[in-house]
Amino acid sequence: MTTLATELLAASAPAAARVSCSHCGQDVPRGLVEVESPLQFCCAGCRAVYDAIHACGLEAYYRLRDSAVTPPGRLRLPSKPSESSFESFDAQAFHKLFVQQQSETVASVDLVLEGVTCAACVWLIERLPHVLPGVIEARLSLRQAIVRVTWNTRELSLSRIGRTLNSLGYTPHPAKGLPRKQIARIEVRKKLIDLAVAGAIAGNAMLVACALYAGRGGRMEDSYREFFRWISAMLGILSLAWPGAGFFRSAVAAIRLRTVNFDVPIVLGLVAGSVAGIVNVILNRGEVYFDSLSVLVFLLLVGRFLQFRQQRRADDAVELLFCLAPSTCRIVRSEDLIEEMPIEAVVPGDLIEVLSGQTIAADGVVESGQSHVLQALLTGEAAPVPVGVGDKVWGGAANQGASLRIRVSQVGADSRVGRLMRVVERGVAEKPAIVQFTDRIASRFVLIVSLAAVGTFAYWSRFDVAAAVDHAVALLIVCCPCVLGLATPVTLAVAIGRLARRDILVKSGAAIEKLARQGQILLDKTGTLTFGQLRLVRWHGDEQYKPLVAAMEKQSQHPVARAFCQALAGFELSASQSALLHDVKEQPNGGIRAMLGNRAVRVGSPAFVNRAGIFVPPSLARLQHELEQVGTTVVLVAVDGNAVALAGFGDQIRDDSPAAVHALRELDWNEEILSGDAQSVVRKVAGAVGIDPCRATGEMTPEAKLALVREYQGRCLTVMVGDGVNDAAALAAADVGIAVHGGAEASLAAADVYIASPGLTPLVHLITAARKTMRTIRVNLAISLAYNLVAGTLAATGKMSPLICAILMPASSAAVLSLAMASIRRIDRKTPPNTEAKP
Amino acid sequence: MSVLYIVLPLAIVMAGVALTAFILSVRKGQFDDLDTPPLRMLFDDEPTDKRKD
Repeated sequence: MTTLATELLAASAPAAARVSCSHCGQDVPRGLVEVESPLQFCCAGCRAVYDAIHACGLEAYYRLRDSAVTPPGRLRLPSKPSESSFESFDAQAFHKLFVQQQSETVASVDLVLEGVTCAACVWLIERLPHVLPGVIEARLSLRQAIVRVTWNTRELSLSRIGRTLNSLGYTPHPAKGLPRKQIARIEVRKKLIDLAVAGAIAGNAMLVACALYAGRGGRMEDSYREFFRWISAMLGILSLAWPGAGFFRSAVAAIRLRTVNFDVPIVLGLVAGSVAGIVNVILNRGEVYFDSLSVLVFLLLVGRFLQFRQQRRADDAVELLFCLAPSTCRIVRSEDLIEEMPIEAVVPGDLIEVLSGQTIAADGVVESGQSHVLQALLTGEAAPVPVGVGDKVWGGAANQGASLRIRVSQVGADSRVGRLMRVVERGVAEKPAIVQFTDRIASRFVLIVSLAAVGTFAYWSRFDVAAAVDHAVALLIVCCPCVLGLATPVTLAVAIGRLARRDILVKSGAAIEKLARQGQILLDKTGTLTFGQLRLVRWHGDEQYKPLVAAMEKQSQHPVARAFCQALAGFELSASQSALLHDVKEQPNGGIRAMLGNRAVRVGSPAFVNRAGIFVPPSLARLQHELEQVGTTVVLVAVDGNAVALAGFGDQIRDDSPAAVHALRELDWNEEILSGDAQSVVRKVAGAVGIDPCRATGEMTPEAKLALVREYQGRCLTVMVGDGVNDAAALAAADVGIAVHGGAEASLAAADVYIASPGLTPLVHLITAARKTMRTIRVNLAISLAYNLVAGTLAATGKMSPLICAILMPASSAAVLSLAMASIRRIDRKTPPNTEAKP
Repeated sequence: MSVLYIVLPLAIVMAGVALTAFILSVRKGQFDDLDTPPLRMLFDDEPTDKRKD
């Protein structure tokens, strides 16, 4: 045995230098390094893409790419070409769903591409008409990674375009949710137009106001003065009626619901100012306020536009992930005809084929094949479930073993995922509204300002009613919470932008506000605290058997074998050893046997090894028992008659989970684990990450998770963190739902925040950043209230002139804005960068 | 100074024209994607095209 061990040890000696791939630049695994070749590839995919790019005469791509910089804040997506033939792109259902027919022969389609990173990609993709005759135009939007291809349907099939894009390294997917995107696009355009109109009016109103201020004290003839005042009034009214109309609509809607939102005090100031201004213009006396009002409208819109744009970016990024979810399945029409069709085309009764590694498209019953399916995203169970003929399988589960043929029984809303989505909708509908920070302030603000205005009027009306009206109106205008209305959205926008650079996508500013508080945080186990897949968690025995085991497990499709290969990827048998290895056979009863020279090697479950009558030393047997107690799958390695090594497989806890759990507790969040997995497993994970096992509940259905979230919501702010379809309802119902890396599309749609990098460290960063953002907002609030107090006192005592007002307002806005920017920059510097390794 | 009665409305009309142009360009979608077009102009033309000229 010692000789065998030394031989194996020699075979697994590490290679020295690192070589990077000629296509993607990643490290080339040492087994694939080609000596003395100028070109090195990390995988067959990269080689294929490299060849395709050269064959099309597009080598300039590499030169462009090396000089281009990836824009910050965008998701980097994998760029390994898919093996699909894209025949589903030609299906009628596909054309109906995604293709727009421009004329009889010309059609266009929007495709989301994987692997789009920089300027060089724009160049390469937009070369498509040169590469593929029949393509009329290809226009890529870099930020959204969507290409619009216009092509001649007579000359070219869409699947051909799909294959070409794929061969260039950009796997295409149909862009789903186009109507929604169209609506969003129109909304952005509308906001941009409002902003432009408000800006143009504000600028012109200020010019007119400058003339009026300069002509004060009789330096301007009355006829000109009146003309200027009328122009100013017209501009002001236009500003309120067009871009400012949104404030009025929102304030009226709030008052109808008998609540006060932030637009109410704004509208109060706008109305007071414009009514007084119009009256003064008509009577040709007193002040016109329209310059201040139009600037106010413009500044408020700037703040809101910035916040809206950042949220939109986060939304776009999440939608992009949405489109990447597999959207085709293979329908078996007859023994020799298998069609690849869009999932939407599947009807109950169809027979579908699910290849190894694919996601099952619809609920159904297995007709042929035997495999393991991973239902982690559906139920939270981390261990793959064996399925065979006659077993029921659910859409959304991943096939991890051999290919299966499934007779579809339910699709769409009737399927299990569809039913879960109805629970999600219920969660959204019953989500309690939390009064936003600014709205809470607004209600008090309105009360105080109205009282102050009434007081001012009452005091001055004893002397002069006209002056009393003037002073009260001046107070209402200067106390309009413009500064806060500008600073809060800008601060939130900057915070959302900074978080996006760290792959934390925040879909609403309200989420940041809530996360800055404290309360209950509910963590999903599978996929959130753990990796959510089978991994080698324990190896007991000599290292030297690893290459041998890896070589044998390569022959198998079993999930455990896959996990073995993944864990032992760097271990390769030497050529001489490989030659000795023969007769590798997978046994039906959970193991593999092979011959190495004249030695029999067995790798498999304890039952398989025991049946072969192999001696298991007591130390190994004890460890085996121990591991099995906590839900770990045990594999024994035996050479000849003796068990020599033991491997334990389980769902491994992420390296950063314990530290993140600790950090969250430091931040005053109560943690609890909810999982659909077995109670004993959940308890063990809780103990390992440092959560009291009493606060860990297993075997929870999606409905139970939803109910628990509701229960907590009665008492405190509730945050749910999860990844699966089974978490989606709870994510939607919680005050803040956070979906983590690798989650199902349902959870992405339901959550307010999506963390696009693995692990829980970003969550800690998110909460810290939220706290710091809210601190900045509070400081801004204090400053703006101080300004309002000073200006309000001046107005109430009759000392406020519109000129002072016109100077004070932009000055205070500038002060608060620069403070917001500066403090957020500090947030970014103080928090350590994400350093956790990607798996 | 009576020229003001013409100049001021004229200035506002000119601002209006510029604004209309901007609004039209937004509606035509010229502001939908601000990231790609600035890159697109950096790419050289095909060398084959040059030979044809």
